[in-house]
Amino acid sequence: MLISYAVRRLLGAIPTLLIIITLAFVMMRIAPGGPFDGERRLPPEVEANINAAYDLDKPLHEQYFIYLGRLLKGDLGPSFRTRDFTVTELIASGLPVSVRLGLSAITVALLLGTTLGVFAALRQNRPADFSVMAIAMVGITIPTFVTAPLLTLLFGVYGVNLFGLEISLPVGGWNDGALRNMILPVTVLALPQIAIISRLTRGSMVEVLRSNYVRTAKAKGLSSFRVVTRHALRAALLPLVSYLGPAIAALATGSLIVEQIFGLPGIGRYFVQGALNRDYTLVLGVVIMYASLVILLNLVADVLYRVLDPRVRYEG
Amino acid sequence: MRTAGTVQGRSLWVDARRRLMRNKAAVASMIILGIIALMAVFAPLLSPYTFDEADFTLVSCAPGWWPGENVLCHADGAHWFGMDRVGRDLFVRTLYGARISLAVGLVATCVSLLIGVAYGATAGYLGGRIDNLMMRFVDILYSLPFIFFVIILMVVFDRNFVLLFVAIGAVEWLTMARIVRGQTLSVKQQEFIEAARAAGVGTAGIIGRHCIPNTIGPVIVYVTLTIPAVILAESFLSFLGLGIREPMTSWGVLISEGANSIQQAPWTLIFPAGFMAVTLFCFNFIGDGLRDALDPKDR
Repeated sequence: MLISYAVRRLLGAIPTLLIIITLAFVMMRIAPGGPFDGERRLPPEVEANINAAYDLDKPLHEQYFIYLGRLLKGDLGPSFRTRDFTVTELIASGLPVSVRLGLSAITVALLLGTTLGVFAALRQNRPADFSVMAIAMVGITIPTFVTAPLLTLLFGVYGVNLFGLEISLPVGGWNDGALRNMILPVTVLALPQIAIISRLTRGSMVEVLRSNYVRTAKAKGLSSFRVVTRHALRAALLPLVSYLGPAIAALATGSLIVEQIFGLPGIGRYFVQGALNRDYTLVLGVVIMYASLVILLNLVADVLYRVLDPRVRYEG
Repeated sequence: MRTAGTVQGRSLWVDARRRLMRNKAAVASMIILGIIALMAVFAPLLSPYTFDEADFTLVSCAPGWWPGENVLCHADGAHWFGMDRVGRDLFVRTLYGARISLAVGLVATCVSLLIGVAYGATAGYLGGRIDNLMMRFVDILYSLPFIFFVIILMVVFDRNFVLLFVAIGAVEWLTMARIVRGQTLSVKQQEFIEAARAAGVGTAGIIGRHCIPNTIGPVIVYVTLTIPAVILAESFLSFLGLGIREPMTSWGVLISEGANSIQQAPWTLIFPAGFMAVTLFCFNFIGDGLRDALDPKDR
């Protein structure tokens, strides 16, 4: 049942991915200008040679099928602008950075978000609840590209003295993923997610705490800690699983900004740069990469939801 | 003409307005938003300076009242928010940014409203296989990483201004369509639709005159939440350098410039970011207030 559902979803992702590839391919190609437009006009023979080498002289539909054929073999083609590098190599060099950023951010967001949400729900309509929800509102409304420079200014440039501890963090760079370099980008990326997750958790926790089985557990004389952790929390965290899909998509978008601001060597920065340079294969490669990641993780979240909540039927 | 003694009936809207007016956060937000909108509209009258005139003697100058000595220079006169890095008045530029951002918010939301309502109402009312097909299409679009396509679109069409509106609006209509479809599905079962059909009103007439007006509550709520989302999307694009062109400006452009010179001139970030944050807050509070006012059973 579960496996057939997963397989059906996986098959359903293929047309979606094909639409994405086609759309991105067509849109890049109708753009005026090409990857080899430079300051200097190339001699016609040289230009013809370059175009032939990259199959650019063939009709568009033929190029499209050549690309798809290569893609089936897992080959994303050569980068048009970054000489001597294939797109696969470029993505492989950036992906670990992006994935590590994203995973750290979602982990931090889940831990802090659920804790804050539960904390607020247990003190519903009291000052603690209101202040947590007010902070969450701030986190949701203030975009990444505002928090990033502000936090940089605070912790990177001025330096903050917290409890006699001088905190000064690097304002950018990757430095092989050193913890010091990770803190600011991960914080910026996680903040909106912490806010959303804590709101979600609070909402469902408030509802669960009112339900009969929680009252029963309390009536049995269990300690309130046990009631919360063993009984209420499991049901309350369920809606979070279905939020994971959108969260991952949001992290992918956020990483475009964060990687640019902090100068991190992830794949997000290849995208904008590639689009501006008309590096057809690089843009397509990054889009395909992101799209399949988002689709795949959405699928995992949906399957997980069905495992955790037997009330959901296998349809659609 | 009201005569004494008759009982005035209260419609849903009168009730909703009363509830909304009792919500202090929402009312305060509406007032603040109104002030920001008025300032944006009358921006040229509020300052002696223009948005694109550069005064090279005042490059990156702090506002006259700025505390602290470690700034390049202090601008006085009516330069309340200081100067940007090419010596343009930041107060006027922030207000012009508000013009663009609010305009993008309104226009793109209208685009998404038109497409979403028409699409959702049609799918919901026709039902059956057509509904299935139409919503399946929405599902597929949902799974596309849209911001990437908007980025490609902006690059391809060389930051075309009108296209920016259309592109963002075209992304935002999906949720609207889903909401309207759901509402239409429940509305179309009711007797007055039956009555209209019996009276010989055509399909288009029923959808336009009877279904859509009855879906308006949730749609209004969603509109107030779409506007800030659109403003954010535009700022996001402008921040990446794909939105509005110089010398015109938007909050996204200003924030991006401010972020680059945050060490020497923090005011270039603080004012535009502050204006944008306040606006986004206001829309969110109004949206929450409207939801509580129109759907009191949720409280």
